[in-house]
Amino acid sequence: MTYSLNFAAVWRSFDLLLEGLALSLGLAFVAILAGCVIGLITAFGLVSRRALLRKPAGLYVTVIRNTPVLVLVLFSYFALPELGVRLGKIESFVATLAMYSGAYLAEVFRGGLIAIPPGQREAGLAIGLTEMQIRTSIIIPLMLRSVLPSLGSTMISLFKDTSLAAAIAVPELTFEARKINVETFRVIETWIVASCLYVATCSLLAALMRAAERRLAVPR
Amino acid sequence: MDFSFLDQLWLARIPLLKGLGVSVSISLLSIVLGTVLGVFVGLALVYGFRPVRWIVRGYTDFIRGTPVLVLVLASYYVLSTIGIDLGPFQAGVLALAVFCSSHVGELVRGALQSIPKGQTEAAKAIGLTFAQTFTYVLGPQALRQALPAWVNTAAEMVKASTLLSIIGVSELLLRTQEVISRTFMSLEFYFFAGFLYFVINYGIERFGRYVERKTAVPS
Repeated sequence: MTYSLNFAAVWRSFDLLLEGLALSLGLAFVAILAGCVIGLITAFGLVSRRALLRKPAGLYVTVIRNTPVLVLVLFSYFALPELGVRLGKIESFVATLAMYSGAYLAEVFRGGLIAIPPGQREAGLAIGLTEMQIRTSIIIPLMLRSVLPSLGSTMISLFKDTSLAAAIAVPELTFEARKINVETFRVIETWIVASCLYVATCSLLAALMRAAERRLAVPR
Repeated sequence: MDFSFLDQLWLARIPLLKGLGVSVSISLLSIVLGTVLGVFVGLALVYGFRPVRWIVRGYTDFIRGTPVLVLVLASYYVLSTIGIDLGPFQAGVLALAVFCSSHVGELVRGALQSIPKGQTEAAKAIGLTFAQTFTYVLGPQALRQALPAWVNTAAEMVKASTLLSIIGVSELLLRTQEVISRTFMSLEFYFFAGFLYFVINYGIERFGRYVERKTAVPS
């Protein structure tokens, strides 16, 4: 067991890792934006009084939450083309991640929606707003503020889930790390550097979310 | 290729069942190991001396900040590089157990810290030692608090077991991929595998709801 750490080879390919990290962040960013839209629509479905909206929304959330992400990723890249849905690697992965995070965010948003006192909606009605205006200008902003912590942790776990794109050869951080691994054989060094990049980014995202929470905190 | 999906499924039943068995073993092993380790992590986070607490906090933060797939890959490749020859199965289970321990550790910490201070003070007042306080007062309350979330972690581990396919462990997903490469029925077999995982996890989820109802503090 004589192994001496030597980071030189990893530093030489460091820009590849950074490119991978940038792609990981990009994938997570687009997926979370789309996921928020899907999650918001689904959450309104989940709290709807009409079973025709509530049941399908509930089914979607249950199915996605109980299926491994890797199966979803492989399914949409390898199996959907058989149904005529042909997407590139990156598009297919982002779409999958958006659907996946949408299901988790739907639960998060649902919790936020049912926590809003009914008086808020009634006050909106009283000043003559339409249902749609009440949603966009009262309910959604209030809800977003209260779910900010859960939204942040979903975002961070989504960023970590981008590593699964390596399974379909999307050149994000994990994929680049494996490539450098194979080329340089500096296995330990590569994984140390890659993990540190992930940990640093997650901590940064967590700090940003905490700052956002402080700024948007309800004044007392 | 004149076979229908059901014929192919029947032909592939043995490898798929074996794969399912491996997936279940991976999940069970990593849950058990991860929980044992995680309880120590949680206790250290709450009651550890300051340097111990810092080290354990660093450990949990590092593990939680790293994707599980990276943990799995790193465990497999790094251990073999430094001469610890674990097979992909052992290395993978180790990675998942470490991942599980960080989650269980936070669960235990949260549960212990949510118990009002008055409980410890009351225990002290009637003359219980720390060990007694823990066994009779804090432990049971923390367990009630942490149990539902722990069941969720179990479902999380079943899902994470699929990642071991990437380092070549013949669990359900890898077996499915092998069957697909022979039959070209990717739609049917991925769907089938997804369905199996769904059934297992849905069962765990329902069980978690049941535990939640059972352990809820009556109000």
